[in-house]
Amino acid sequence: MFKVTIDNKSIEVEPGTTILQAARMIGGDVVPPAMCYHSELKNSGGKCRTCMVKVAQGSAADPRPMPKLVASCRTEVMDGMVVENLTSPQVVDARKAVVEFLLLNHPLDCPVCDQAGECDLQNLSYENGSNETRFEEEKRTYEKIDIGDLIQFHPNRCILCYRCVYAADQLTDNRVHGILYRGEKSEISTFIHQAIENDFSGNMIDVCPVGALTDKTFRFKNRVWFLKPMDAHRSCTKCKGEATIWFRGDEVYRVTGRKDTYGEVHDFICNECRFEKKSSADWVIEGPRKIASYSVINQNHYKNVVIPSVINPIKETME
Amino acid sequence: MERKIILENIEVEGIRSLEVYRKNGGYTSIEKALKTMTPDDIVAEVKTSGLRGRGGAGFPTGMKWSFIDKKSGNPRYLVCNADESEPGTFKDRYLLMNIPHRLIEGMICSAYALGSNKAYIYVRGEFKTIIGILNEAIKESYKAGLLGKNILGSGYDLDLHVHSGAGAYICGEETALIESLEGKRGNPRLKPPFPAIKGLYGCPTVVNNVETLANIGWIVNNGGEEYAKIGIGRSTGTKLISACGNINNPGVYEIEMGLPVEEFIYSDKYCGGVKGGKELKAVIPGGSSVPILPKNLILKTAEGQPRLMSYESLSEGGFITGSMLGSGGFIVYDEDACIVRNTYNFSRFYHHESCGQCSPCREGTSWMESVLHRIENGEGKMKDIDLLVSIASKIEGNTICPLGDAAAWPVGAAIRHFRSEFEFHVENPEIVKNVKHGSLEKYKEVPVTTGE
Ligand SMILES: Cc1cc2nc3c(=O)[nH]c(=O)nc-3n(C[C@H](O)[C@H](O)[C@H](O)COP(=O)(O)O)c2cc1C
Ligand code: SF4
Ligand code: SF4
Ligand code: FES
Repeated sequence: MFKVTIDNKSIEVEPGTTILQAARMIGGDVVPPAMCYHSELKNSGGKCRTCMVKVAQGSAADPRPMPKLVASCRTEVMDGMVVENLTSPQVVDARKAVVEFLLLNHPLDCPVCDQAGECDLQNLSYENGSNETRFEEEKRTYEKIDIGDLIQFHPNRCILCYRCVYAADQLTDNRVHGILYRGEKSEISTFIHQAIENDFSGNMIDVCPVGALTDKTFRFKNRVWFLKPMDAHRSCTKCKGEATIWFRGDEVYRVTGRKDTYGEVHDFICNECRFEKKSSADWVIEGPRKIASYSVINQNHYKNVVIPSVINPIKETME
Repeated sequence: MERKIILENIEVEGIRSLEVYRKNGGYTSIEKALKTMTPDDIVAEVKTSGLRGRGGAGFPTGMKWSFIDKKSGNPRYLVCNADESEPGTFKDRYLLMNIPHRLIEGMICSAYALGSNKAYIYVRGEFKTIIGILNEAIKESYKAGLLGKNILGSGYDLDLHVHSGAGAYICGEETALIESLEGKRGNPRLKPPFPAIKGLYGCPTVVNNVETLANIGWIVNNGGEEYAKIGIGRSTGTKLISACGNINNPGVYEIEMGLPVEEFIYSDKYCGGVKGGKELKAVIPGGSSVPILPKNLILKTAEGQPRLMSYESLSEGGFITGSMLGSGGFIVYDEDACIVRNTYNFSRFYHHESCGQCSPCREGTSWMESVLHRIENGEGKMKDIDLLVSIASKIEGNTICPLGDAAAWPVGAAIRHFRSEFEFHVENPEIVKNVKHGSLEKYKEVPVTTGE
């Protein structure tokens, strides 16, 4: 076992554990936020740079610090490693910078976004963002794209985390979904706007940390904080049939995979369970789903909100 | 200090062909390596030689080779990085164009040293002519028994393939290159694992620059110790410098490391001085990624020592007063050059070439370009200058691959040394809107005209 210390808290973990995984085992404030890493998706992580931490001591054998901040989601611990997350001003600064970069071209259209309330980027900005922007240029914009009749893609909101690419690649046989172009012009795309048609395509919605991939059957139907999530199961031939179903009153508004505290789904569900079983009679209810404490669904209110003096009309955006 | 290793016999008519190359002493190292030396002997000689990677980072080649995993049981690969796309750098192209067998000879010795039976040359897609030349040269070598099965009867086999890139600077980054060679999108990989452990097709791989590999034949023939006698300190051997900009003799020069920068700029054997008898303003000594230095700091270090063409001397003073040897792309600016426009031009390049995987580089490069574009076109504000410094510092060190740093450094350095030019652009929007070139002083004399 390797001993690792993160923000002065120590834990023993198996060799091969990443810093992020070790931090999650400790829990609480030592856990760096992660936007692109998803533990069920091979090769994910390393891209968004929100999870960067400082390695103040490489290992007991070689105590030198690492020269740069490292992506905690893809860096394995060594025995005696000492890591700084919130205790390092450099980390806090770098994380603020990453949030600024991620929001640069983001439309900030939370009021009309279905993801609002359960959006990793919203949570991240709430914790690390600034109230002002230094960006005066025009934001890049794209048209919305329907990827088949169940999923809609809003490129403006995409943070290019590649999770959906890995999900599409790893959950299905044919590669139909990837990245076009490069740099700031990169775009998630299907091959010549093809629909993604396979039994597990809906999971791309669950792995998307922002509101870029949304469930067309749920679009604009409700706000997530008005819904009561319940864990439920059914017998299904395609997947485990274990899901979270979202009620308002007696009506089921949507079905999703079960997300853990870190927004990760561990048992991917099939499209039949997700899109077709929208009656409570389809499901055996187990009980209420616990929502992570940081989530706005749970908080139901924001602290430290700056009330803008002018509220721009957002009517046009609401189409 | 003229000393030819790589460009030796470059002037001989027909040296591009195998026949003439061999008549002039080419390929003797193969016989020596395969028949009298073990692979480890060669690695040891390369270590002794002190040869450092010529692709930009200057990492000791022998050490890189010794990291290669020889125990995994997987095949090992040697890959030559001929993606040369850095603005200001055109030395590999010159070598490949004129003396391709120098590289092939070096690659055979190197592949043997690494125990590799398959090697690739990854060539920048735009180098169409060079791809033809290389393929022709490789064909000749196969015919002469220098490649293929049982080379020169030694029992050693090597296949060498040319692979064309599709026109992306990022594919010069070694792990992006490997991805591209595997037929994938050229996104850099996260390191570790390094290619020496898990490279091409997950197998141990060494990626070296063209010029690095072109040195190996000479080292095998003459020994590492002889090589280490050339050059200065830890900068052993010679270096190809591609000189361009406002000079009288732009071109590719092989210099012995340690040549004073002043001599390189003003001697008729090299750059031949600044064109038109103008004043020297600044130099970027190692390709567009490295910091620009004003005249006083490129000719002498902050301590007043003459600046030399070597890894150590050029980087003396760190990034505050120094720069880097980089890839040897030596760009000279005369008194009329506009540093703001030049910086904008580079930032446009990095924006265009970012692969877009990681957020600081993807968003930051495009942001810097927009801000620089505004300043260059007379629409900048004073606070934009510090904003640029801030963006650059937030990209630097926070990205997956060094392209992010390479995009940030030129911006940081230009503002560090030429802040007044940026301020001039902000304060004189009418002048800069109408004049695209010219130094600060020149701007002031130019009568303001209304544009077309
Ligand atoms: C964005 C980027 C572009 C690069 N382009 C090249 C290139 O065109 N040619 C090259 O030899 N090395 C290039 N490099 C450096 C390579 O990653 C690698 O360090 C080099 O090929 C190693 O060879 P060497 O040790 O012989 O120098 C580039 C690096 C980066 C980050
Ligand atoms: S669509 Fe969503 S999951 Fe896919 S890359 Fe964009 S943000 Fe990530
Ligand atoms: S630094 Fe830029 S080029 Fe390198 S991996 Fe990140 S986005 Fe791609
Ligand atoms: S979560 Fe680690 S880099 Fe994105």
